[in-house]
Amino acid sequence: MSPRHGKPNVAAGNRAGPGTPFVIAYVMRRCLQIPFVVLLVTLALFFIMHLLPGDPIYAAIGESEASLDEVAIHQMREDLGLNDPLPVQYGNWLADLARGDLGRSFKDRVSVGDNIKGRIPITAQLGLMALLVAVCVGVPAGTIAAVKRNSILDYCVTIIAIFGIAVPSFWFAMLLIWLFVVTLGWLPASGFVGIWEDPWPAIEHMVLPVAALGLTLSGSIMRYTRSSVLDVLNQDYVRTARAKGLNERTVIIRHALRNSLLPVVTVVGLQLGYLLGGSIIIENMFAIPGLGRLALDAINGRDYPTLQGVVLLFTFLVLVVNLLTDMSYAVLDPRIRYS
Amino acid sequence: MKANMDDIAPFEFAQSARRRPRCRPAQFARRHPMAAIAASIIVVFVAAALFAPLLAPYDPAATDGVNRLQTPSASHVFGTDTLGRDVFSRALHGARVSLEVAVLAVLVAGAIGVPLGILSGFRGGWIDTIVMRVTDAVIAFPSLVLALTLVLVLGPTVVNIMLALGIGAAPSYARLVRGQVLSLKNMEYITAARAIGATDIRIMARYLWPNTLPTVIVAASLTMGTAILAEASLSFLGVGVRPPTPTWGGMLNEAFSQIYAAPFLSVFPGAAIFLITLSFNLLGDGIRDVMDPRLRTIDHG
Repeated sequence: MSPRHGKPNVAAGNRAGPGTPFVIAYVMRRCLQIPFVVLLVTLALFFIMHLLPGDPIYAAIGESEASLDEVAIHQMREDLGLNDPLPVQYGNWLADLARGDLGRSFKDRVSVGDNIKGRIPITAQLGLMALLVAVCVGVPAGTIAAVKRNSILDYCVTIIAIFGIAVPSFWFAMLLIWLFVVTLGWLPASGFVGIWEDPWPAIEHMVLPVAALGLTLSGSIMRYTRSSVLDVLNQDYVRTARAKGLNERTVIIRHALRNSLLPVVTVVGLQLGYLLGGSIIIENMFAIPGLGRLALDAINGRDYPTLQGVVLLFTFLVLVVNLLTDMSYAVLDPRIRYS
Repeated sequence: MKANMDDIAPFEFAQSARRRPRCRPAQFARRHPMAAIAASIIVVFVAAALFAPLLAPYDPAATDGVNRLQTPSASHVFGTDTLGRDVFSRALHGARVSLEVAVLAVLVAGAIGVPLGILSGFRGGWIDTIVMRVTDAVIAFPSLVLALTLVLVLGPTVVNIMLALGIGAAPSYARLVRGQVLSLKNMEYITAARAIGATDIRIMARYLWPNTLPTVIVAASLTMGTAILAEASLSFLGVGVRPPTPTWGGMLNEAFSQIYAAPFLSVFPGAAIFLITLSFNLLGDGIRDVMDPRLRTIDHG
């Protein structure tokens, strides 16, 4: 069991003694780090965007108006603040961000913030359903593999898990589309319906994208669950539970699973980046009008404010979820000390 | 990218420093048949990539208006695409881009991540704080989003894609190596090195870096898989190496638009990506088993 980056240091011989003050101190320190990292992210993003080839003014006014005379263009640059030194531009942009103003899309002048807000439920629906599928498949399969280790069942689960990790989600999606849409004609090929508006068509439309994203994700969850459960099954208290005559079911469900799911919880949290990246691919394949689709459209249309907004939202989400998973780790496992 | 790099357990240096398991190829193959098969598949793919111009029966860019969307046959073993190009020849050439980008990305990631990790772990203090917060910031970007953005900025060439993927993967290396150095630096041999007057640079370069190598090799094998997937994703989204250069992801993109007319087009490029990624994962697992005896006892204990 070795959780990911930001891995907590399990100091030796610290089982005794109160853990809470450490946890509080740790949580506070992590919370204080967040603004610093967010600042780094915005700085990186700002300068990446300014390294972009081409003058943003032409992107802002559109190709058709590129024939405007020099004076008018200079005036527009002045209005848009593009003549200011870069640090000033960065400061202004940051100040706008702090007010929740992400700017306006180059493409249709729509407020980026509003556009993103409207798409969050769509991507959330896809992502949460995929996560649910991944956990519902991955955790039981991983547990069974660990309990029946070195059996045929274990090998099957391990192989399926490695397949899940290695298969490209878009290829898997294509195979699903070929089978269920082209050949069998059971499901619609693309489109999106909100789950609250019309549940049945919504589920019909979500089956394939959710399967493509969720099943590929379940592979790594299976592997983590397996190694985590194995770790716990080798511990003394499990042997004690067996020795006092509990049946195997109770030992596994009541004793082993509880503790072994702790690292799994954090791994699930850390898969958010995969889900967000995957949503770009899957939303485009299935014509789902969510954030991933918005991001790719922004990339293809060189719509920098929109891209900036989506990337900021994604990174902020990842930071917050990482913090929450680390904190859950600290709160749930009193043995862990953070230095 | 999935978190398969994260279950790399720290290499148990103390036990195996003197008796590092010597593993000859035949022995490795017997103990880890899956990894051995994976290694052979990788060799086949590398050979296919190296000798693609010799092996390919057709010019991968040669169009043939008459024989469009042919199903696999003796003359076109994988069939032909919308422009009548031979899919087998294109798949062979596609291996070049995939492997080239992946190898270079792993090298870039290692070249950035390993020294930073060693420095950060060994020196600690403010250097450590800065390096770790910067890795936090980079890791916060979902890897595909970061790669897409960087490729958009830098332009879709092989070199830029490899840079984008390498920069995205570097923090994982830095963290992995840092964690390892933290446990290595308090060992007696480091104290001994200090006692005989070795400089910090010498300790890092001569004594710490070689001992992080096993972990880095396992990480590299696993990252190869994720880099190949990432490159394919970029090409699939149309943000990767520009056509007409054949890439597996690009071929799948074209195949997706033909999924009703010619579903067979998606089979081979997809299977190629899948097989090579799978192989690097299995090989990485095998190497880890050899290098980390602790993990084996957990698995089979």
